Amino acid sequence: MEYFWAFVVGGALCVVAQILIDKTRMTPARILVSYVVAGVVLTALGLYKPIVELAGCGATVPLTGFGYSLANGVSDAVNEYGLIGALSGGLTATASGIAAAMIFAFLAALVFKSRPK
Amino acid sequence: MSVNKEKYKKLADKRAVKSPIVKNCVKAFLTGGFICLVGQLLSTLYTSLGIDADTVKMLIPVTLIFVTALLTGFGLFDKIAKHAGAGTLVPITGFANAVIAPAIDNKAEGLVLGLGAKIFIIAGPVILYGTFASALYGAVLWIVSLFG
Repeated sequence: MEYFWAFVVGGALCVVAQILIDKTRMTPARILVSYVVAGVVLTALGLYKPIVELAGCGATVPLTGFGYSLANGVSDAVNEYGLIGALSGGLTATASGIAAAMIFAFLAALVFKSRPK
Repeated sequence: MSVNKEKYKKLADKRAVKSPIVKNCVKAFLTGGFICLVGQLLSTLYTSLGIDADTVKMLIPVTLIFVTALLTGFGLFDKIAKHAGAGTLVPITGFANAVIAPAIDNKAEGLVLGLGAKIFIIAGPVILYGTFASALYGAVLWIVSLFG
């Protein structure tokens, strides 16, 4: 059942973005920014955790899940360290993903040739 | 057949907007759902290998980013994304591609201001506004904790 909900919820989050792209001509960059911020806001309001509990990767793999990680990281860090946690918690929780993207990008640029546009 | 502007607009809207949006949404649903399903399968796989839950949570995005790097490098990601639309954009694969593709495409412009700077052309705003929103949330939590 966890696979079913992962597929359905993850797919549904993509459909919302597809409608935004087709109906409002939002650029992909704006979609990504909106999704991350929406993930933070929904997590702050306590609305995203139930979705993660239901859908697992269906909620954490989409970019709203990146916002969820940022918000949870900050929440844990503020509990532990106080106000400074508001600065340290988000990037600490998401460091592996950001670092992986940067490092694999650099390595890919060394290995692969630029494609004609 | 004489077609005035209004009629033309109606006809154009019918043909241009209606049919692709449904098709696009179906394709986005299927590819996006599939990528999340792969994430869930990875979760089961890593957990069965005895890896602890927190590490599994980090390994899933890292694996998907690695696969995206390979697909982007071989030029396959664009081909999939052309059909998938938001289906490959919204999952972590879209973020990863937005970092990896500019790295490959701009290395000829130099390692610092080409590759180095351009990898953040989309990831930069995403990280900025995400971090900003989360810091704001953290500040609110801290203020609430003072009265709690």
